[in-house]
Amino acid sequence: MIEIQELTKVFGQGEASVTALDHVSLTVQTGDIYGIIGMSGAGKSTLLRCLSLLETPTSGRVLLDGRDIAAMSGAALRGARRKMGVVFQGYNLLMQKTVAQNVAFPLKLEKGWQKDAVEARVRELLELVGLADKAAAYPAQLSGGQKQRVAIARALATSPETLLCDEPTSALDPLTTQSMLKLLRDINRKLGVTILIITHELTVVSAICSHVAVIGEGRVAEQGAVETVFTAPQSPVTRQLLNREV
Amino acid sequence: MAEFLEQYGLLLAEGTLETLYMTGAATFFAYVLGLPMGVLLTVTKPGAIAPAPRFNWVFGWAVNILRSIPFIILMFFMIPATRAIVGTSIGATAALVPLSVSAAPFVARMVEQSLEEVDKGVLEAAVCMGATRWQIITRVLLVESVPSLLRGLSICIITILGYTAITGSVGAGGLGNIAYRFGYQRYQTSVMYVVIVMIILLVCIIQTIFDAAARRTDKRNR
Ligand SMILES: Nc1ncnc2c1ncn2[C@@H]1O[C@H](COP(=O)(O)OP(=O)(O)OP(=O)(O)O)[C@@H](O)[C@H]1O
Ligand SMILES: [Mg+2]
Repeated sequence: MIEIQELTKVFGQGEASVTALDHVSLTVQTGDIYGIIGMSGAGKSTLLRCLSLLETPTSGRVLLDGRDIAAMSGAALRGARRKMGVVFQGYNLLMQKTVAQNVAFPLKLEKGWQKDAVEARVRELLELVGLADKAAAYPAQLSGGQKQRVAIARALATSPETLLCDEPTSALDPLTTQSMLKLLRDINRKLGVTILIITHELTVVSAICSHVAVIGEGRVAEQGAVETVFTAPQSPVTRQLLNREV
Repeated sequence: MAEFLEQYGLLLAEGTLETLYMTGAATFFAYVLGLPMGVLLTVTKPGAIAPAPRFNWVFGWAVNILRSIPFIILMFFMIPATRAIVGTSIGATAALVPLSVSAAPFVARMVEQSLEEVDKGVLEAAVCMGATRWQIITRVLLVESVPSLLRGLSICIITILGYTAITGSVGAGGLGNIAYRFGYQRYQTSVMYVVIVMIILLVCIIQTIFDAAARRTDKRNR
């Protein structure tokens, strides 16, 4: 379970400061597929960066299974990070390594992985994401959708409990988007991984999410079960996203 | 031609080998010193993986100051240190000390530039996978930047090759010494021309080899 409590992130100081997140509170239950939707610049990526502690929150807390991540450091923090796979907006693959080496990378950071075990795990993951035939290819030789799949396989390598995805479909065509969403749903069902999806596309949320939080200008405008929020939107931001009159 | 070769062939071959020895060994020691310096310059920047802004500022200036000392002055300045390390201040091996020390800060800046090119997002991804700083340095920074490091290496080798010619003029041997002795002291310009051609050839060969190596290792463009 991920609990975000009164999370605030301010960039810069004084006149020039930007409040990217303003007292954001939400709870992601274990096993959920949770969507975070908002317009560009709403603070979605900042939220993800605070969850993975790439940014230090200005105030507020993030609890992973009840434990405050800001209080963690060293090995405990690295351990917590391995339980949370992150798929970045720009994939962030190692460009000088093959697909298989990219997926093996997080495993080789841990002690105690035998060579055969790593190979078997990599094969298993590449089959899961449908890229078994691309093991020896380099990222530069792949399409955007294929790179996204490699990034997902890599994020799943250490068997995390949670997968954070930043705009997993924004660079993909509608058909590839469908297969990407199917893959994420399979991962959620088969592996029991909690998934947090950041997106600006309504179709993504209505296709696979059970819960959604609508973010506008750094604030949570509305949250709840997807049907409720989308059939009876309460906030102007949601209505805007749903393309209705404000 | 045959007469020339008979008279100077052995001398030139010896000179070339000596130049290659000085260049190779000095480059090696310059990287032993300069590579960690370059890594340190990169990772201690504000916002990098081991931020230490004040140290970074001081260290950056120390590198700049060392870099701004002209090689020929550093060479004379280092004579006592060279004697202490090598036992003598004359000859090719003795020349390695000022060559390495002088090239190290240059190498550090070249390495820093290569490491800067590594995508910040990839470093963040490694952080999120639970990598330690050491793992990020050895498995991401120094691996993702290999093609760029190789290009920097070729520039460093060629620069050091140029420096060896200066040490040659003060008795460290090599092609520089031959050019000095025959071309300057005895006015045998034909020897000097051959030396110049040899050095140009060496530079071309080094450049070609490393360009090819950098292209071969770079997996980004294929
Ligand atoms: N490092 C930073 N320094 C200063 N301002 C920042 C920084 N990072 C983000 N911001 C600001 O915070 C706000 C939210 O940015 P964020 O990247 O979280 O938006 P987003 O919702 O992910 O947008 P998009 O859909 O375009 O990716 C923006 O106004 C942005 O300019
Ligand atoms: Mg974003």
